[in-house]
Amino acid sequence: MTERFNAAELLAVIAARQLHDDTTVFAGVGVPLLAAALAKRRHAPRLTMVIEGGIIGPQIAPGRLPVSTNEMRAGHRATMLPSITDAFLFAQRGFVDVGFMGGAQIDQYGNINTSVLGPDYWHPKVRLPGTGGANDIASLCREVIIVTAHEKRRFVERVDFITSPAWLRGDGSRRAAGLRFGGVSRVVTTLGILGFDPDSKRMRIEATHPGVSTDTVRGNTGFPLLEAPRVEVTEPPSDDELAMLRALDPERRFLGT
Amino acid sequence: MGDPHLKPVEYDFIGARERVEAKRKSAGEKLTSLEEAVARVRDGDHVGVGGCLFSRTPMALMREILRHRRRGLTLARNLTCNEGELFMAAGAASRIVTAWMSIGLPWGVSKILRHYVESGAVALEEWSHLALGLRFRAGAMGVPFLPALTMLGSDLVGVGGLKTVQDPYTGETLAAVPALFPDVALLHVHRADRFGNCQIDGYPHMDADIARAATTVLVTTEEIVSEEETRRYPDRTVIPGFVVDALVHVPFGSFPHECYALYEADYDHFAEYTAAIDARGPAAVGEYLERYVYGPPAWSDYLDLFGGERLALQAKRAKELTR
Repeated sequence: MTERFNAAELLAVIAARQLHDDTTVFAGVGVPLLAAALAKRRHAPRLTMVIEGGIIGPQIAPGRLPVSTNEMRAGHRATMLPSITDAFLFAQRGFVDVGFMGGAQIDQYGNINTSVLGPDYWHPKVRLPGTGGANDIASLCREVIIVTAHEKRRFVERVDFITSPAWLRGDGSRRAAGLRFGGVSRVVTTLGILGFDPDSKRMRIEATHPGVSTDTVRGNTGFPLLEAPRVEVTEPPSDDELAMLRALDPERRFLGT
Repeated sequence: MGDPHLKPVEYDFIGARERVEAKRKSAGEKLTSLEEAVARVRDGDHVGVGGCLFSRTPMALMREILRHRRRGLTLARNLTCNEGELFMAAGAASRIVTAWMSIGLPWGVSKILRHYVESGAVALEEWSHLALGLRFRAGAMGVPFLPALTMLGSDLVGVGGLKTVQDPYTGETLAAVPALFPDVALLHVHRADRFGNCQIDGYPHMDADIARAATTVLVTTEEIVSEEETRRYPDRTVIPGFVVDALVHVPFGSFPHECYALYEADYDHFAEYTAAIDARGPAAVGEYLERYVYGPPAWSDYLDLFGGERLALQAKRAKELTR
């Protein structure tokens, strides 16, 4: 990494590139929403954002980034404001191509924990805010992309609690639980892009960011990582991408310093 | 220690139906005072709360319930904000049914949530956002559960006691999301006529479903309009008068939370509130309760603590944001 951009900017740009035109994306506030807004402005003008608070097709205004999924900024110039239940039911029906989400704790099968740390749910060591819509996004979208900082304490062999299911324990366990569709396809991190082995559904390295070695990725991961047959190197964020991204968050509310 | 598990009364569609059948369903006058409306809430009630996080929270009704010193309540709300913290700290709620709780991302993980839930003093029963929406919708439909494709395979299944059902047509496994029939619904709306016909602008959230699922429905409204006005735009009515038991006219009834297009949430107030907690721990919420809940007798006295200038500024911001 160079000092041309920080970790949040790198994440947002690489995540934005995962979105294609003429598709739909369920995006949470923060970096995922910034990435979706960047994709829409830059290369995917016919992308529709769906937001958990009951918002379809907002045009996120530069400098007016929402801090929650159901405050007025989130619905700026939206095309529809359905009830929250109905917003999620678009995903259950199959209308949402990509779910974009972050994660507190993630395991080798892509399962995410945002509920509790510690073994006892009712007497947790640390109580986290909870699923919100993350479990629904992970269950219902055609494909899920996780966007997160790459830290050893986040990438653990087994999460304390599966809040949002990805491949569960591998070996068809997702399908066996009744999760007929979707699943996590990629994990975009500050070190690279991870995917999943098609058979075992264990996490593997698919790409690294320029200047990052696969050893560095492994060293920052709390479980053994597989490797794709060919590990790519990502294109660094262009000046153009960075300029558009920074224009969306001039107050650096989510991009940080 | 609250009882964390799903209770049969929550999804007993027969009992819930009988309670609605036995209820007076009047097209008559519903206007009353906060005090009189809230007198219908009893200790131990399951309370469904409208709005979402810091949007259209029925704050005036909730403040009045705290002033009535109710105990042992269950609060069910899709995303729970600092109103839930007030109920925890006041000892009013022993159980929170929700998908998420904290004020919002910029304010971090709630220290009050952590304090009361990690010690086991309050049980936090977590459902996915859609599952909780479907619980209210099943209630609104008068059925014991709705089949769904969400929450399956996760550890959330064991928390609330979600069961699965085999689809009789395809044989697939589906989540059987249980109905939630709250004893009381608390809602805040943009406008209503005095017979309780309610209209909401902007985000509908889950309010219309919560109203139908509950036995008793208490509503505050920013504005009282004439019956003629309701009849001119009947397509905008989302809760019919016969569903509503009590209606109270409370301008700024969600403050410091937002009401779409009318006023923005007071983020500075959230910052002051969380700074006090950072400095003095959970005791700061006790001080907050004294100052904002138990102290000022009327809602107008409460609003005076913020001052007219602050309210006018938040109203101006809301207009700019929804222009």
